[in-house]
Amino acid sequence: MSDIASRGYATPGVLVSTEWVAAHLNDPNVRIIESNEDTLLYASGHLPGAVHVDWTADLNDPIRRDYITDKGFKVLMSKIGATPKTTVVFYGDKNNWWACYAFWVFQLFGHTNARVMDGGRLKWEKEGRPMTREVPAITPTKYPARKRYDKPVRAFRQDVLAHLKKKGQLVDVRSPEEYAGTRMHMPDYPNEGALRGGHIPTARSVPWARAINPEDGTFKTAAELGDLYLKQNRLKKDKPTIAYCRIGERSSHTWFALKYLLGFKNVRNYDGSWTEWGNSVGLPIEK
Amino acid sequence: MSFPPKLQAVLDTFELFSDPADRTSLLLSYADQFREVPEGVARRPFGREHLVPHCESEAYVWAIKAPDGTLKLHFAVENPSGVSAKALATILDRSLSGLPAADIATVTPDLVEKIFRQNISMGKGMGLMSMVQAVRSLATAAAK
Repeated sequence: MSDIASRGYATPGVLVSTEWVAAHLNDPNVRIIESNEDTLLYASGHLPGAVHVDWTADLNDPIRRDYITDKGFKVLMSKIGATPKTTVVFYGDKNNWWACYAFWVFQLFGHTNARVMDGGRLKWEKEGRPMTREVPAITPTKYPARKRYDKPVRAFRQDVLAHLKKKGQLVDVRSPEEYAGTRMHMPDYPNEGALRGGHIPTARSVPWARAINPEDGTFKTAAELGDLYLKQNRLKKDKPTIAYCRIGERSSHTWFALKYLLGFKNVRNYDGSWTEWGNSVGLPIEK
Repeated sequence: MSFPPKLQAVLDTFELFSDPADRTSLLLSYADQFREVPEGVARRPFGREHLVPHCESEAYVWAIKAPDGTLKLHFAVENPSGVSAKALATILDRSLSGLPAADIATVTPDLVEKIFRQNISMGKGMGLMSMVQAVRSLATAAAK
């Protein structure tokens, strides 16, 4: 894959290469964070010095369907040894799907000094780079409480309804079968209970993984992404856009690609997604 | 639901560990002990009829019947990140191989939740339960 700087991204600095990470493994100003779907993976081997952020235990409220609170984020950042000045670098399995999700949650708290390691675990492992089972000893830091501010990057159901009225753009990043309503869950995944199938009216169907080069998990170039989102699916960078999937994890990957790699001006992630929309009474659905 | 004694003993061991970190270590130790299907039984490319459906770790399973009617289970896990699948394969082999096919056919997929608990996620749970179901199907066929 070509050098990140040469790929034409709107904000190239948000992606770092495996080479960059290898050179910063011992950088005290950098905290490498692994976030996976498979919570056993980190324990089975991770980048030297990397800490684990579990998308369920660390990022989600244990009771309500919501993310951690301001206090919870403060505790998490202290636990992983980060300060407001720390550059956090996310990586993980499944083409950085969960890494982008964790990245997005960090943006709710305004920790903008964040990057994603292009290619994630897949590329690092393919390159034969070092992995370890040693969990780093972290000295807890003092991280000031930050008020969670959802509005710029997160859409709620009422926001999506208002967005529909204003003819905003929607991107459905689920599989074509889920979009068509012929299945209500990901291929090979259990049905987690949506009562209705289909998609939010006017949504474009662009499965999230189309933004990725499957052989090494890296993001496609800006030209390739532009062909996919702008040309083939006629999305406009300057129109407000909302991405959604099933619970907001796949769509955080697309949110990342649209916002940082293509430079969409106003893009939000609807994390209620289909498990909320497909279960809600009276909401419009297309098939 | 009761499980065969060796499998029940494994489940009881997991039950003893309330600390998620301890359970994770135990699962990893099983994964580390995973032994792939010997070449005498199967060679790559493995037959698709042995592929576990819905398993993202690309797991394969074989059940070889001995003259006394007992089964020996074998597994392959093609995804290098398939740590959970390897752990489950080791547990199934160690606790079920050597039992009569009819006994293995009684094992139900709910053991996956008992073993993995907080380590289970959406897709992984489905794939792991499919592994158990595949073993159960092979045992049911062998018991006939």
